[in-house]
Amino acid sequence: MEQPKTCVSIRHVSKSYKKHHVLQDINLDIFEGEIFGLLGPSGAGKTTLVKQLTGLDTPTSGESYVFQTKMPSLKLITSIGYMAQSDALYEDLSAKENLQFFSSLYGLKGEKQTRRIAEVMELVQLSGDLKRLVSNFSGGMKRRLSLAIALLHEPKILILDEPTVGIDPVLRKSIWEAFYKLKQNGTTIIVTTHVMDEAGKCDRLGLIRDGGLIAVGTPDELKEMSNTTTIEEAFLVYGGAKK
Amino acid sequence: MRVFALTQRILRQIVRDKRTMGLLIIAPILVLTMLHLVFNGGDYTPKIGFVDVPTTVVEQMNLEGADVTTYSDEKSAKADLANRMIDGYLTIANNAPAVVLEGSDPGVAGATMKWLQQAMPTGQENGHSPQLEIDYLHGSSDMGTFDYFGPVLLGFFVFFFVFLIAGVSFLRERTTGTLERLLASPLRKWEIVMGYVVGFGIFTMIQSAIIAAYAIYVLGMMMEGAFGYVLLITLLLALTALTLGILLSSFANNELQMMQFIPIIVVPQIFFSGLFNLDTISKWLSWVGPFTPLYYAADALRDIMVRGYGWGAIYMDIFALAGFSLLFISVNILALRKYRKI
Ligand SMILES: Nc1ncnc2c1ncn2[C@@H]1O[C@H](COP(=O)(O)OP(=O)(O)OP(=O)(O)O)[C@@H](O)[C@H]1O
Ligand SMILES: [Mg+2]
Repeated sequence: MEQPKTCVSIRHVSKSYKKHHVLQDINLDIFEGEIFGLLGPSGAGKTTLVKQLTGLDTPTSGESYVFQTKMPSLKLITSIGYMAQSDALYEDLSAKENLQFFSSLYGLKGEKQTRRIAEVMELVQLSGDLKRLVSNFSGGMKRRLSLAIALLHEPKILILDEPTVGIDPVLRKSIWEAFYKLKQNGTTIIVTTHVMDEAGKCDRLGLIRDGGLIAVGTPDELKEMSNTTTIEEAFLVYGGAKK
Repeated sequence: MRVFALTQRILRQIVRDKRTMGLLIIAPILVLTMLHLVFNGGDYTPKIGFVDVPTTVVEQMNLEGADVTTYSDEKSAKADLANRMIDGYLTIANNAPAVVLEGSDPGVAGATMKWLQQAMPTGQENGHSPQLEIDYLHGSSDMGTFDYFGPVLLGFFVFFFVFLIAGVSFLRERTTGTLERLLASPLRKWEIVMGYVVGFGIFTMIQSAIIAAYAIYVLGMMMEGAFGYVLLITLLLALTALTLGILLSSFANNELQMMQFIPIIVVPQIFFSGLFNLDTISKWLSWVGPFTPLYYAADALRDIMVRGYGWGAIYMDIFALAGFSLLFISVNILALRKYRKI
């Protein structure tokens, strides 16, 4: 089997706030073109871990590399699309104005900008709401707009922090179809989630608990190794085994 | 260009928020108009009682500009004084005039004394001393308090509103997570600060031009110098307010905490802006003045508007204000390292 190319590597990353250890010696490789899921209970450290890759946070010790370049790096920031856990949108502007603003930060102009805005809004099924003010959006619509913004500049790596919270199953399905399409085009996607059925759709999973990475593998591998039939059970076994 | 994108977004947000935009322009206009009416409402007419003043003396007095009531005895004058019917009364005992004032309002007491001094017959009964001729280097005899306070207030409004609005919008940027989102984009830290500087700079230019034009051409505030210099100073002052507001917003967790900086940072600057005579400020405090931006802006604005001076008189103030802005800009860029190390 051909060895997939490493796209993200996290080496001995630990993070602590004062005495509180949030991440403990994390080692992880993520390959190009895969959908990698980070699964873990609330407060496990998922957000903290993905922030190390966006350049917004730096580890207390250890390093993280994206395309063999140590983060944070300004050069690499353009290759990353980040969707934060909480929607970071300008509520007093319309969806279109938000998209225009963020796309010009990534250097998208004129026709290309218009085309990309139309494409991403089509993808999240918000094409009809371009002119509306974001303050009039529902929670799920804001989530989708945040996703659209992360996709605007066609990044090589997408880092999505709980992208489908507040989105109904039908729409969630179509968003995942979009993820598979992006994956086919070579985009690496890193998603955090605590929804188990979503975890099953990832190529590989990393289970996080109390700041430690307790297991990494494909959903089937994880189930097999722990002798369980669902990811949920596997997660419980790994979590319990640690203690 | 990325700075331009940020500038455009900031201007869009300001224009969209009609109420705040109204506040920024209408509120200063309203307050300046009221001050104009308060200060230029004419001189105070003191109410004075004459207790048994000999007619020979009264005949020689210039009674214009006061309401004079005559009393036959001091007791009734005292009663009226206590009831605040009169502001003071004059008695003449043994050829020596004496005045008793009500005295609870120093402004009224001052006006009463001033009137009495000019009304009393001077020197010998028929020896008319020559009229003292008064010339003004700056200003004129009809220059009012409004003209002197005006330039300071103009500066103060610009500082106050820009400080608050810019501080709050940056605070929102931080608390809604959009600042983090900006830093996850290729936007440089200096570009964020510059975007704010240019965006609010453009808005402040328009705001202060409108307010200054209104004060000068509608209210008739004294204006000896060039309008362009006034705009230059207000723009520089606005930049210090903006950059200081952004800086302090990182120490506030919400809008209310941003407001708490007003009595600590904004209001004290009034005391050193020359609204009150700087020479009479206690030595313990007067050293603070040169550390406040309004001190330089007020000085420069008064040089331009009252004294009609140009570049030669104000360039030091310009350097000081530009220095403040540069200092705050650099500290802001450093402070943003908290969110992204590079
Ligand atoms: N700035 C901070 N200061 C102190 N502690 C922090 C900070 N940020 C995160 N933490 C702590 O780190 C831990 C992990 O937080 P994190 O946001 O990474 O969790 P998460 O796995 O994303 O949880 P959730 O699923 O609820 O989003 C939590 O215990 C949190 O209290
Ligand atoms: Mg999280």
